[in-house]
Amino acid sequence: MTRYERAPLGSTATVTVRLPALLLDLFPGARRDVVVQATSVREVMDELDRLWPGMRDRLCDTRPAIRKHINVFVDGERVKLASPLAPGATVWVLTAISGG
Amino acid sequence: MATRVFLLVGTRKGAFIFESGADRRDWTLKGPFCQTAPMNHVIGDPQSGMIYAAGGDPWFGPSVWKTSDLGDSWSHSSAGLCYEEGLEPVGSVWSMHKRNGTLYAGVQPAGLFRSDDDGATWTHLHGLQEHPSRPEWQPGGAGLILHSLVTDPEDEKRIWIGISSAGVFHSADGGETWEPRNRGTRADFAPEDQRYPEFGQCVHSLVKAPNSTDLLYQQNHCGMYRSADGGRTWESIEEGLPSSFGFPAAVHPRDPETLFLLPLNGDQAGRYMPDAKAAVWRTRDGGRSWQDLREGLPQEGAYFGVLRQALATDVLEPAGVYFGTSGGALFASADEGEQWSPLASHLPGILSVETMVVRD
Repeated sequence: MTRYERAPLGSTATVTVRLPALLLDLFPGARRDVVVQATSVREVMDELDRLWPGMRDRLCDTRPAIRKHINVFVDGERVKLASPLAPGATVWVLTAISGG
Repeated sequence: MATRVFLLVGTRKGAFIFESGADRRDWTLKGPFCQTAPMNHVIGDPQSGMIYAAGGDPWFGPSVWKTSDLGDSWSHSSAGLCYEEGLEPVGSVWSMHKRNGTLYAGVQPAGLFRSDDDGATWTHLHGLQEHPSRPEWQPGGAGLILHSLVTDPEDEKRIWIGISSAGVFHSADGGETWEPRNRGTRADFAPEDQRYPEFGQCVHSLVKAPNSTDLLYQQNHCGMYRSADGGRTWESIEEGLPSSFGFPAAVHPRDPETLFLLPLNGDQAGRYMPDAKAAVWRTRDGGRSWQDLREGLPQEGAYFGVLRQALATDVLEPAGVYFGTSGGALFASADEGEQWSPLASHLPGILSVETMVVRD
């Protein structure tokens, strides 16, 4: 059973997470689209970290909050760790404009 | 026995590795590594051949990367490399040091971590955060960065660290408690009657002389200094140098009286090579006299700076000396600074240079 299949689509509390390509390079085996069981963005991060240890530290800092140059969007809205998620939601994790 | 010499270069866009043989004449270049994230410091362990790169990614935050195959494959971790929730988070890792089996990491905002499992997990040494002076530390231009990490080969409990605009601190108990060691170093930016405070001096680089228990040197924002007593007292060694300002300092691998510096023209004068002519300055007598070394270095239009950790020596005989510029040029000397040649001209801005000599 692959990690992708661990939480199948259609489950009442599952959401689909779309990860940025740059992040995938840091975690060999990570997938662009991940289905996890979560009712909040914080739980999404918990699940990502469970699947790929260390991933939460790449996306969140210890304020705790989503990192300054990481954006998480749901239904076109930028969300925070505490934001609730509806079953079936698609959670976009994006790298913001940064660097020089 | 083959000798392999590696230059480990941290840049604003990843880590690079140069390699040559004992003659240090022809070099090959590999990189950029670490996903082109800014790498503040790259160090190597000649015993194991491990290379560690530390920095802070603008998207993904601080981490320490490592490779056991000279850069072909890398892993990264920041497990435990964080402060408690609610405090200002660790922004990036600024300095690395390995002593026997222990790795140390200095971070921004200033703090010290150690790893006893080769960088897989990190433990915060709380002593610095708990120092009574901590609430008064003010960040300098690059932030409140712990950029210098020095240990004692003879005593694992003795650690010295340098924090920009906070000063030099020493621990005699492995990092549990600290005392400031800045007596004799100036803070020219402070009010006239407060220029020799207990802490708050802006150290830029702190190094320990080889074959000596207590001989330290430092390049400060305000002068160059030596200490013969482990930093308890400092004396100026800037006489004979073209300015009192610079960033890096590098000791000779064997001679405690030899030190290399790269003075810049001044903190409010542009911070480039004096008269736009590049020179490394060397003392052979512990700072009493200085010689400028400029053969092979650009003698016109040298409007570059060299940052805190971007000057290094190797352990060969004669010692190699290397520095990288903020404009991405890398210069090398295989004869203790007498003659120089460029190894690269167009790297990203260079943040650090270290060496690793491996004898197969």
